[in-house]
Amino acid sequence: MKLKWDSEGIKSPLARARGLGSAHEGADHWMKQRITAIANIPLVIWFVFSVVSLRGASHAEFTQWLAQPVNAVLAILFIVSTFSHAVLGARVVVEDYIHNEWFKVFKLIGIKLFFVALGVACVFSILKIAL
Amino acid sequence: MSQGASSQKERPLSPHLLVYKPQMTSMLSILHRATGTALAVGMLMVAWWLVAAATSEEAYNVAREFAAGPIGLVLIFGWSVALFYHLSNGIRHLFWDLGYLFKIENAYKAGYFVLFMTVLLTGVTWFAAYNQAGENTLVTNAVEEGEAE
Repeated sequence: MKLKWDSEGIKSPLARARGLGSAHEGADHWMKQRITAIANIPLVIWFVFSVVSLRGASHAEFTQWLAQPVNAVLAILFIVSTFSHAVLGARVVVEDYIHNEWFKVFKLIGIKLFFVALGVACVFSILKIAL
Repeated sequence: MSQGASSQKERPLSPHLLVYKPQMTSMLSILHRATGTALAVGMLMVAWWLVAAATSEEAYNVAREFAAGPIGLVLIFGWSVALFYHLSNGIRHLFWDLGYLFKIENAYKAGYFVLFMTVLLTGVTWFAAYNQAGENTLVTNAVEEGEAE
């Protein structure tokens, strides 16, 4: 695809070849946000369907359901994909609305660590029940 | 950063967000962020549910009773509305990423369709949740398969 700033502009040939822009990470964040968004569509539909079906389930019923390989794998994919999407989205919101530099960095790191920790706890719980 | 120097001079400001007449498109846009943030917070309940189930039956029952209680139901209902809005509007965003729906008229039409889908999907989900009459195919299948082993 040819973009209008490809042929002419102030970028050096090296910068144009790298295509990373002023933030030096190119479309990485944007693309990850879209890929997790697309993955979330079927996973979320499965999740809602499962929650409705599991409504009022006892501990035994729930753990037996989650112990089935298909459900365990989909649950892990759901957690990883939605948590990644949440971290990416929260980063944009924080960057846009929080202007105090220290507080911003604090929140960005905090959100990331928090969701990584929560995600690991969820995946471990799924594996503990399923295995 | 440059607050010191620039705020002393009375420079003309660009129109502030709050003086704009609210438009349907801009309202849906900010709602996408609001629901996304709410959904991220709502994942705490999913995490609680999973961790509790892995911990003990008592912990699972505490989570289940909270989810079935008035506060839990209101939270889950709000979460489901936010989820279906963010899902529908997210797909609208993906269409924009592919270069469609950019005509103002189409952006509005898709916006109304997103609102319609939010109401429809929320309604269908809660109707399904309360009209299973205890017949719980997924759970009974799981239990039967578990017993068969």
